[in-house]
Amino acid sequence: MIDALFNWFDVRLGISGSGRKMVNKIFPDHWSFMIGEIALYSFIVLLGTGVFLTLYFVPSSKLIPYEGSYGPLRGQLVSEAFSSTLNLSFAVRGGLLMRQMHHWAANIFVGSIVVHMLRVFFTGAFRKPRELNWVIGSTMLILAIFNGFLGYSLPDDLVSGTGIRISFSIVESIPLIGSYMAFFLFGGNFPGDSIIPRFFILHVLILPAVIVGLLAAHLGMLVRQKHTQFPGGGKTQRNVVGVPMWPNFAAKSGGFMMLTVATTGFLSAAFQINPIWLYGPYVPYKVSYAVQPDWYMGWLDGALRIMPSWEIVGFGHMIPNVFFPAILLPGITFGVLQMWPFIEAKLTHDNVDHQLLDRPRDKPKRTAFGAAVFSFYFVLFGASATDVLANYLSISLNVVLTAFRFLAIIVPLIVYPVAYKICLELRSVPTAGQRKRANVVLRSAEGGYTTVATEPRPGDVVPSIDPLPLDQDVELVPVMAGVFEVADGASTSGAVPAGDGASAQAQPVPAEDGRPRPRGGIFRIPRDYR
Amino acid sequence: MPENADGATGSPEPDTSGRIRIPVSSAVPDAPQFQVAAKDPRRAEIVASSGFLLSAAGFAGFGACYWQNYSNFWLAITFTVGFAGLGYGLVIWGKYLMPQGPFEEARHSLEPTPSQREVFVEDFASRGKVAIERRGFLLKALGLASGILGVVLAFPLIRSLGPLPKLTLRKTAWRRSAYLVDITGRKITPNDIEVGGFVTVFPPDDIGGAYSQTMLIHVDDLSSGYLTPPPQFAKQRATWAPLGFIAFSKVCTHAGCPVGLYEELTEKMLCPCHQSLFDVRDAAIPIFGPAPRPLPQLPLYIDDEGYFRAQDGYDEPVGPGYWERGND
Repeated sequence: MIDALFNWFDVRLGISGSGRKMVNKIFPDHWSFMIGEIALYSFIVLLGTGVFLTLYFVPSSKLIPYEGSYGPLRGQLVSEAFSSTLNLSFAVRGGLLMRQMHHWAANIFVGSIVVHMLRVFFTGAFRKPRELNWVIGSTMLILAIFNGFLGYSLPDDLVSGTGIRISFSIVESIPLIGSYMAFFLFGGNFPGDSIIPRFFILHVLILPAVIVGLLAAHLGMLVRQKHTQFPGGGKTQRNVVGVPMWPNFAAKSGGFMMLTVATTGFLSAAFQINPIWLYGPYVPYKVSYAVQPDWYMGWLDGALRIMPSWEIVGFGHMIPNVFFPAILLPGITFGVLQMWPFIEAKLTHDNVDHQLLDRPRDKPKRTAFGAAVFSFYFVLFGASATDVLANYLSISLNVVLTAFRFLAIIVPLIVYPVAYKICLELRSVPTAGQRKRANVVLRSAEGGYTTVATEPRPGDVVPSIDPLPLDQDVELVPVMAGVFEVADGASTSGAVPAGDGASAQAQPVPAEDGRPRPRGGIFRIPRDYR
Repeated sequence: MPENADGATGSPEPDTSGRIRIPVSSAVPDAPQFQVAAKDPRRAEIVASSGFLLSAAGFAGFGACYWQNYSNFWLAITFTVGFAGLGYGLVIWGKYLMPQGPFEEARHSLEPTPSQREVFVEDFASRGKVAIERRGFLLKALGLASGILGVVLAFPLIRSLGPLPKLTLRKTAWRRSAYLVDITGRKITPNDIEVGGFVTVFPPDDIGGAYSQTMLIHVDDLSSGYLTPPPQFAKQRATWAPLGFIAFSKVCTHAGCPVGLYEELTEKMLCPCHQSLFDVRDAAIPIFGPAPRPLPQLPLYIDDEGYFRAQDGYDEPVGPGYWERGND
């Protein structure tokens, strides 16, 4: 039965040929390669829970009296968006679970993208030939942050509404076109009643569609270019060593997906997130104290806070204060981020293919630079909590803020040399990263000392097995000319010239002049070998 | 696929180079790579299957909790147990009960050989040349049509997204002799606010307005006269703060948040979003934080019936900066 079914498809779609490549696809084994998968799986959680939420959420800022089950707000005028969010949290079975999972998954999504990107950065996986995939990945990071902010804004609560107000001011601050852009994006002056429906369609359709498209390109490119791998254990530039797609990777990664879902579920069970009924609905003249945005907006919020109160005015125009931390800084950040593979290649004059990864310590300059830049954003992230820190430490807000202004400059300057030095130290210790083994010092009767290494403990020595090649073909090349009446370049059998499917298998041999030419009368060189 | 490109039967056929390519199986069941990783497969199987059984219990529990309409906590916990058991079992299975490997596949450069590139370029260019050469007018006509399409799509579509800003960023709803009313529409008198107190006020025709929101603060207990403005405003703002009441725009000049906190002791206004601090006695000049400009001040007077009214609207745009704001 299964045989017949498989045969039905195989005859029509040719599964055995290309499908074999898929089941034999090799995935190198390293824990750090799983981080990107967390992003993928939390995105799937986002799609699933998000579809559920759209069934109950009403994207409208029309004011209606709240009549749901949450007592303290009953009778108050709230927007339909706010009211329907409360209803799907309280009245829909499992609705709060879905909403909390959606929010937690969004935080995990952006977080895993960032960590994945750090992994790719510090191991040099972005180098040729994978520059384009880095650009796609960092574009997805920007879209993920943006879409996270949009989703965070949809419930129309007091905290997110203040965030929208700030974002209006940020768009407004763009020179030349800012105020027009803000009016066109928000459908008029703030607050208006177009924000919620516009953010909604961006959040549930347009940006997810773009992300899905980029994700497909990201993964497609990964399959075509195959994975990078750490050196050692028989891994070379010309192979991929690890476990095959079927069955190992399917089981492990499938299980990992379930564990990602479970983690999101656990967070939603144990930790309340975004209880908008405590914040209340958004009204433009109200504001609450000590509120922080979702973590991935923290660096922007921190930058807004610690920016000195400068503003450029002249010739009847103004470049407002928020332009510098909220437009210029992200512009430079994401610009440099996206262009990094090309910047580094330019700096290092590096133009060869890299299939093997760097250990971060082996590239101390890149590692130190990455660490310093990351520490800068981490300080900005910390600066988004100035008010909380001041309260918690019982010191003046002004002191905290001034301290962060200095830290933003000093910390990266310290991190760079420290990281650089650590890399050099690690590099000079050949056994760094391996398990330590005890040495026993013995004293002989004569008073001499000898050192004896102890036996390795279980797990210290991993028996090394040579990798077994999968996906092999045997090529038969006719040795007698004339057996097959095939002339170079012009086929007499009606067959089309060898396609790219064959060339992918072939060893590229430099062409002499690129023109077809018979080589004697006995040996024939396959077309792709020329 | 090369072996099928000529429409031949499924069996390997020689391609143009006469080469035959035969896939060979990689199954070598006796090889060490095909052994499972677990030293004790029986135990690993028990562990993995207990994960699945736990998962079954979790999902059954989820169904029961859903049916009985239990709280979010129980729904989420059973959900978690279900997926965690499933994931755990699968990972154990994949890690210990499958061919341990390592396996290897070959990697080839994707860069084409010079001959591949040459024929590609030739194929593309030879036909393209016929199509495009000496068709200059055709190309220009096509360019014209797509250009107009672009303009037509860009301008009206973007343009109809919203109104032009015009004066809306420059002017608020405050007008000459507008009453100061609170959110309920009640007119405010000096007796309504104790010293150190404040209330958010609006003009009567824009109650709750995002831009016209104004903080009316009772700074000092004066029985007559005005709060003294700082020297640079000595003339202009001499009569703007009657009886120790003063009114500032509540829209932060930094990022537009409501400057909603008033510290009575220090007589400062604080924006809770980014912690800009404005000195109420000193024309709301920002003394700390990122705010670049003072909060605009609303000139007040008390009419014959004892109600607060505005002498005039704000004399400068309220809220954060924008390109056209310039010097005003």
